[in-house]
Amino acid sequence: METRTIEQLSENFQQKIDADIKIEPNDWMPDNYRKALIRQISQHAHSEIVGMLPEGNWITRAPSLRRKAVLLAKVQDEAGHGLYLYSATETLGISREETIDDLHEGKVKYSSIFNYPTLTWADMGAVGWLVDGAAIMNQVALCRTSYGPYARAMVKICKEESFHQRQGYEIMTSLMNGTEVQKAMAQDALNRFWWPALMMFGPSDAESKHTEQSMRWRIKRYTNDELRQSFVDATVPQAELIGLTIPDPKLRWNEERGHYDFGDIDWDEFWQVVGGNGPCNKERIEARVKAKEEGAWVREAALAFASKSKSRQN
Amino acid sequence: MEESTYTFLLRLGDDSLILGQRLSEWCGHGPILEEDIAMTNIALDLIGQATNIYTYAAGLTPDFNDADALAFLRFEHQYLNAILVEQPNGNFADTLVRQFFFDAFRVPLFEHLQDSKDTSLAAIAEKSLKESRYHLKHSSEWVIRLGDGTELSHERAQLAVFDLWRYTQELFHMDTAEQKLLAQDIAPNLENLRGIWLETVETVMEKATLKLPTNQGFFGAGRLGRHSEHMGYILAQMQYMQRAYPGMEW
Amino acid sequence: MSSNEWPLWEVFIRSKQGLNHKHVGSLRAPDAAMALQNARDVYTRRSEGVSIWVMQSALITASDPKESGPMFEPADSKVYRHPTFYDLPDGIEHM
Repeated sequence: METRTIEQLSENFQQKIDADIKIEPNDWMPDNYRKALIRQISQHAHSEIVGMLPEGNWITRAPSLRRKAVLLAKVQDEAGHGLYLYSATETLGISREETIDDLHEGKVKYSSIFNYPTLTWADMGAVGWLVDGAAIMNQVALCRTSYGPYARAMVKICKEESFHQRQGYEIMTSLMNGTEVQKAMAQDALNRFWWPALMMFGPSDAESKHTEQSMRWRIKRYTNDELRQSFVDATVPQAELIGLTIPDPKLRWNEERGHYDFGDIDWDEFWQVVGGNGPCNKERIEARVKAKEEGAWVREAALAFASKSKSRQN
Repeated sequence: MEESTYTFLLRLGDDSLILGQRLSEWCGHGPILEEDIAMTNIALDLIGQATNIYTYAAGLTPDFNDADALAFLRFEHQYLNAILVEQPNGNFADTLVRQFFFDAFRVPLFEHLQDSKDTSLAAIAEKSLKESRYHLKHSSEWVIRLGDGTELSHERAQLAVFDLWRYTQELFHMDTAEQKLLAQDIAPNLENLRGIWLETVETVMEKATLKLPTNQGFFGAGRLGRHSEHMGYILAQMQYMQRAYPGMEW
Repeated sequence: MSSNEWPLWEVFIRSKQGLNHKHVGSLRAPDAAMALQNARDVYTRRSEGVSIWVMQSALITASDPKESGPMFEPADSKVYRHPTFYDLPDGIEHM
C-alpha cells in the first residue's frame, strides 16, 4: 500500500476543499483543521445552550398563551441546535461531556451577547430580531462549510430557525403598534441590544487572528466585517419600517458604497465581556454548571437501570 | 348546564396551564439536553391544551373575552386546578412523580371525555388524549428508572411518592358540576377513574420497586379555588405583564 | 471526575410511508427505549417522521476512507451494468 507524506495528504486535502468536496469524519484532515473545527463548532453549540438562558428568563412571564408557546418552542429549538452541533463535534473525536466541561472551566467561549441581561418583554423581541438575525447571517453562509457534519447541522438549524427572527420582529412590531409605554419599551430594548448585536460578528477583520486560515479551509465563508455590514444593511430598513431609531448618530446610507456607514464599535466593552466581565457571565456559567451537577444523579440512575436491565436479560 | 360545563372546563384547563407553567420553569435547566427538550414538549402540549379548553370556556361566560383573559386575568380563588399541579418542581424525581400521578389520571379521563355528549369537549379530549398517552409513557419510563436506578435515585423517587401522594385524592373528587355533567353524559364519574388510575400507578410502582403510602393523604380544595401557598407566586410571575401593564396587546 | 455520560445513538427516520429510513443525526440515551423517546422529541418536532430507528453508534462498522479506491473505484468501469450502455434501434423509445 502506498504511504503518503503529510505534505501530499495536506495538498490533497486542500484540493478537495477548493473543489468544494466535503470532508467527512474519517477522512484525513490536518490536526489544526480538526482543532479549529472543534473550537468553532463547540463555541457555536455553547452559544445555543447558554443562549437559552436569557430568553428562558421570560417564559414564565410571557404575556399571552401564544407568546408563551412560541417562546418555549424557540428556546427548545436552541437546545436542539446545541445538540446537533455537539453531535457534529463528537464526529471529530471529542465527546459532548468533554466539550461541555471545557465551557464550564472557561476554556471555550460562547457568543458574548448572551452575557447581557433580558430586562423587559421587549428584549424577547430584540433578541429574536437582532440576535437571531445576526446569527442567521453567519449560519446561512455556514451551510456550505467544508466539514460535512457541520454543514448538515447548519442546514437543519437554518431551516428551523427561520421562524425565530420573525417572531422577534413580530413582538417588536406589536409593541410599536401599541401604547407609548410599549413603544418606549421597544426602543429601549433596541438601544441596549444594537451594539452588542454588532459585536456578535467578532473583532474586525484586521484584528481577527483566525479569519485567513478559516477562509482558506472554508469553515468560514465570509469575514466578520462582511457579515456585519450585511446585517446592518438588512436591519436598518426593518427598524425604520416600524418606527424604531437605530441608536447610532453616525449611521447613514452611503450611495457610493451601496451600504450603510455606521459608527465605531466599543471594542473595550467587547473584550471585557468576552473576557468574563460582562453583566451576566457569572450567572450564565453558574446556571449551566448547576444543571449539569444537579442532573448527575439522574443520568447515573438511568445508566444503572440500563445495566441492571441488561444483566436481567442475560 | 353551561355553568357546570364552564366550571369543569376551568378545572381541566387550569390543570394543564399550571402544570405547563411549572414544567416550563425547567426549560434550559434540565439534567441533560435530550430531557430538556422532552420536558419542553410536554409543557407545550399542556399549554396548547389549556388554550383550546379556555377558548371553548370563554364562549360560555360573559366575564372573560378570550383564552388569554381566562389564563391571565383571574384572581387566585378563580383558578380551579388541583393542588398537585402547583407543587414546586423540586428535584427531577419530584417533577417526574408529579407528572406521572397526573398523566395516569389524565389518560383515562380523556379516554372517557372523547365520547362526551358535548362534541366540542369530545374533540378537545381526542386531541389531548394522544398527547397525554405519550406523557404517561415518558413519565412512567422515568419513574421506573429513578426507582430502580441507584440507591440515591430510589431514595429521591420514594420520597417524592410519599410527598406527593397526599395531593392525588383531589383528582377524583365529584363536585356539583361533575355530578350534573355525569347525569348528561358529558363527563365521566371521576370516582370510577380512581380504580384505573390506581392500577396504572401500582404497576409502575412495582416495576420501579417503589412503595405507596398506606394513608389516603389530605383532601385538597384546589378544585374550589383554595390553593396551596405556592399558587400566589405562580400567578405573580405568570400575570406580571397583565398586572403591570393593564389592557395592552402584546 | 467520574463520567456518567450516556452512550451515543444514531437516529434514522422514515419521513413518510414508502420511503427508506434515513440517517438524521445522533443523540445520547441510557438505553434503547429512552433513545427512541429522545429521538422522537429531538428529531420529529416538526412532523418529520412516521417511523424511527435508533442504533448505538458503537455498533456501526464503517468502511475506511483510505481504502475507498480499492473499495469503490472498480465498480466505475463496469459500465455494462447501466442501461445507457446498450444501443436501441430507432423506433424504440422506451425499454
